[in-house]
Amino acid sequence: MSVPTCQVAVLGAGIVGAACARALAQADFQVVIIDPNPIGSGATAAGMGHILLIDDSPAQFALTQNSRQQWNDLAPELPDDCEFVKCGTLWLAADEDELDEVRRKEERFRAAGVAAEVLDTRQLAAAEPNLRAGLLGAFFIPDDRVIYPPCAARWMIEEAQRHGTQLRTGVSAIEVTGKEVRLSDGSRISVEFTVHATGCGTAKMLPGVPIRPRKGHLIITDRYPGFVRHALLELGYIKKAHGTDTDSVSCVVHPRRTGQVLVGSSRQFDAESKDVDPRMLARVVARATEFLPGLTRLSGIRAWTGFRAATPDGLPLIGPYPELPGLYLATGHEGHGITTSLGTAELIVDHLTGRTPRLPLEPYLPARFSGVPAHA
Amino acid sequence: MTPERQFDVLVVGAGPAGLAAACCAAESGRRVGVVDDNPDLGGQIWRGERVHPHHKEAGAWLQRVRTASLDFLPGMQVIGQNGPGRLLAETADGACELRFERLILAPGARERFLPFPGWTLPGVLGAGGLQAMVKGGLPIEGRRVVVAGSGPLLLAVAAYLRTRGAKASLIAEQAAWSALLPFGLALLRTQPDKTRQALALRWALRGVPYRTDCWPMRADGDGKLASVTLTNGRRTWSVPCDYLACGFGLVPNLELPLLMGCDVRAGFVAVDEMQQTSVNGVYGAGEVTGIGGLDKSLTEGQIAGYAATGQPAKARRLVAARKRSQRFAATLNTAFALRDELRHVAAPDTLVCRCEDVSYDRVRRHESWRAAKLQTRCGMGPCQGRVCGAATEFLFGWPTTSVRPPIYPTALANFLESPANPASLA
Repeated sequence: MSVPTCQVAVLGAGIVGAACARALAQADFQVVIIDPNPIGSGATAAGMGHILLIDDSPAQFALTQNSRQQWNDLAPELPDDCEFVKCGTLWLAADEDELDEVRRKEERFRAAGVAAEVLDTRQLAAAEPNLRAGLLGAFFIPDDRVIYPPCAARWMIEEAQRHGTQLRTGVSAIEVTGKEVRLSDGSRISVEFTVHATGCGTAKMLPGVPIRPRKGHLIITDRYPGFVRHALLELGYIKKAHGTDTDSVSCVVHPRRTGQVLVGSSRQFDAESKDVDPRMLARVVARATEFLPGLTRLSGIRAWTGFRAATPDGLPLIGPYPELPGLYLATGHEGHGITTSLGTAELIVDHLTGRTPRLPLEPYLPARFSGVPAHA
Repeated sequence: MTPERQFDVLVVGAGPAGLAAACCAAESGRRVGVVDDNPDLGGQIWRGERVHPHHKEAGAWLQRVRTASLDFLPGMQVIGQNGPGRLLAETADGACELRFERLILAPGARERFLPFPGWTLPGVLGAGGLQAMVKGGLPIEGRRVVVAGSGPLLLAVAAYLRTRGAKASLIAEQAAWSALLPFGLALLRTQPDKTRQALALRWALRGVPYRTDCWPMRADGDGKLASVTLTNGRRTWSVPCDYLACGFGLVPNLELPLLMGCDVRAGFVAVDEMQQTSVNGVYGAGEVTGIGGLDKSLTEGQIAGYAATGQPAKARRLVAARKRSQRFAATLNTAFALRDELRHVAAPDTLVCRCEDVSYDRVRRHESWRAAKLQTRCGMGPCQGRVCGAATEFLFGWPTTSVRPPIYPTALANFLESPANPASLA
C-alpha cells in the first residue's frame, strides 16, 4: 500500500497552525493540516483576540512588532467576519508605580521607533468616559487592534488551501516518527517535516516540553456600542502575570465590533477542569468593575474558560525539537498566540528553508530549556 | 453578601412535574423550595389556573400545593451554579444563592421553531408565544390567525385564541393523516379521558379546517405579515392572515441539566428508575427526560419527589403508571414526528439565527454546531441559541451537548460575591 506524501504536516488548526500552514504553503511547501476538532476551536476560540505589542522582554517586543506589522499589512485582505478593528490599546495607570511603568514604556517605544503616547488623567477620562475617576493616566498604543480569531484562523487556512494545502479535521495525530505521521483513523502520511502547533496539547504528546496549561476566565456582554472604545488593560497585569504561580486576576476589557464588551481575565495554573469557576468569575468581574463601575449594569450573556500554553520564560517555543529530526515546535504562546501567530509562522519558514531570518532565531528555540533534550 | 436560602430539596420549575415533585417531597417533612421564573405557579400548561381555573387536575394539584409545607420562590430565574450544592438565581432585586442537599430539575420544554422564508416578519410568532401574549393582553378579537406546525398544542392554542375572539382560519398539521390515525385509535382504546379532551377541543374548533400533511412554505407581507403560503407537497396555496402561530413540537430545556453535568442521551436528560440523573442527588422529571405531556410529568415528578426524600416505596408504586404514560408519549412522538421536507423549506438567505443575523446558507456549510457557532456566531446572541439551536438540531442533526453560563443573560453585578451595586442586593 502506498503512503501519501506531504512535505509538511501541521498539527493543530488553531491560529498558530493556520498561520504556519499559510506561510509554508505560500513558500511552496506541500502542507497537510491535522486537527481532531473544528478550525480554531481550542485556545483560539477562548482568547480575546488582541493584536498588541508586548515590551516585557526584547525578544517578545521584537516578535510582537514583527507580528503586528504583518497583521496590519493584512488588514485590507481580511474578510469582514474577522472583525478586525483598529481600536488601540490603553494601559491604565492607577498609582505612581504604574505611572513610572508608563514612562519606561514610553522610552522603550521611542527607542524602537514605535508610535505611542502618554495620556494624563484628563485625556484618559475623555478617551474612556466610563472609567472611574482618579486614574493617573495611560499609555496609548494607537496601532494595536482586536480581531475575532476563529474566523481569522479559517481565512488563513483557506489561503493555504488556495496554495494546495489539505485540511483534515476529525482525525488526530497519534504518533510522529521521523518521516511519518500516524493518524487516529489508522492512516499514515509520509512527511519531511512536522510542525507541532497544538498549544497545551504539545506537552501531552511530547513529554519534556516545558508547557503548563494556564486557565483563564472571560465573560462577554450583550451589545453596548461605545461603552469602551479601546482595548483596556491595567498595568498591574505586568506585575501579576509573570513570575508567580498563584492565581491572579486583572482588568482586561475589550470593545468588540458587534458592540459587545469582552471582560477578562484570570490566570490559574493547575486548574484541570474547564468548567467556569463562579468564585474566579466573580473575581474577574469585581476587578474589571474597579476600573469600570458601570459594568455591573451590563447584561452578561456568556462566560467561558480556556487554557493558555505557558512556558517558564513567557516566550514561545519556535524551532526544532532536538530529539527528533524533522519535528518543529510552534507552541507555548501563552496569552499572545493570536498576535504572534504570524511572527511564529515566519520563523518556522526561516527554519525550514534556511533563508536569512528577519528576527533572531535563538530566543525562541526549544533547546533553550534544559528539560528539552539537547542535540546529540 | 448575596442573600441565600437553604433547602433540603430544591425543585426548579413550577409546572406539573415540579409541583408534583415538591408536594411529594414535602410529605417527608423536609424543607422544600420550588423556584420558577414566572410570577405564578403552573408552568406553561397551567399558567393562570390559580386565578382562572379551567382544568380539574390543575385545581387539585394547586390545592395540594397550598396545603403542603413548601416555599414557593416565584419570579426567580436560575442563572447558573454557584459551586457544589448551590445555584445562583436572579430576582427583581438582584442575585440570590439557593443552597440544597437534593435538586429536582423540572425545567420543562419550549416550542421548536423552524425557519422558512418570511418567518421573521412581524405577525409570525410561536404558537405558545402568541397564546401567552394574548393572555398578557394582546387584542386578538376579529384577527385572522393561521396555526401551523405540529402536535396537539396547535389545537389547544387555536381553541384558546378562538375563545378570545380570534378568527382561526386554518390549523395546518405537518404530520400525515396516516400517521395520526393509529395515534387516535390508541387514544380511544387506552385513554378515554384524553379522547374526551380531544373531542371537546374538536367541538371548540368546529368550523375551523384542520389539515394534515400541510405545512408553511413562506410568509409574505410588506413590513408585516399579510399571508402565508402553505403546501401539502403537491400543490401550494396562500391564506391571508394577521397572525401566523407556529410550533414544531417541543424541545426540552436542557441548559441547567447540562450545566450541572447531567448526562444527556438522544436529546433528553438520562435518568434511572428513581428519576435520578447521572449526577448523584440531582433528579430530572417531566419534559426534560422526554416529551410526554401532563401524565408523564406528574408521575415522574411524584417519583422524583419521593425518591429524593427517602420514600422509595411510595416511588415504586408509581412505576407502572410511568410506564403507561411513557408508552403514550412514544405513540404521540411517533405520530407527530417531523417530516423530512421541513428540512428544506428555508431558502439560502432565510435567517436561522435572528440574534446574529445568520442565514441558512452560512450555517449549513459547517460540519457541527460548534464549528457553525465559532465561524458564523449562530447561537451566540442574547437568546443563547434557544431558537436556532433547536432548529439546527432538527435541520442538520446537531445535538446540544454543552452550555455556557449564565443560562440566561443577567447583569454582571449578579456575578459578584459581594455586589458593589446596591441595586443588586435584596
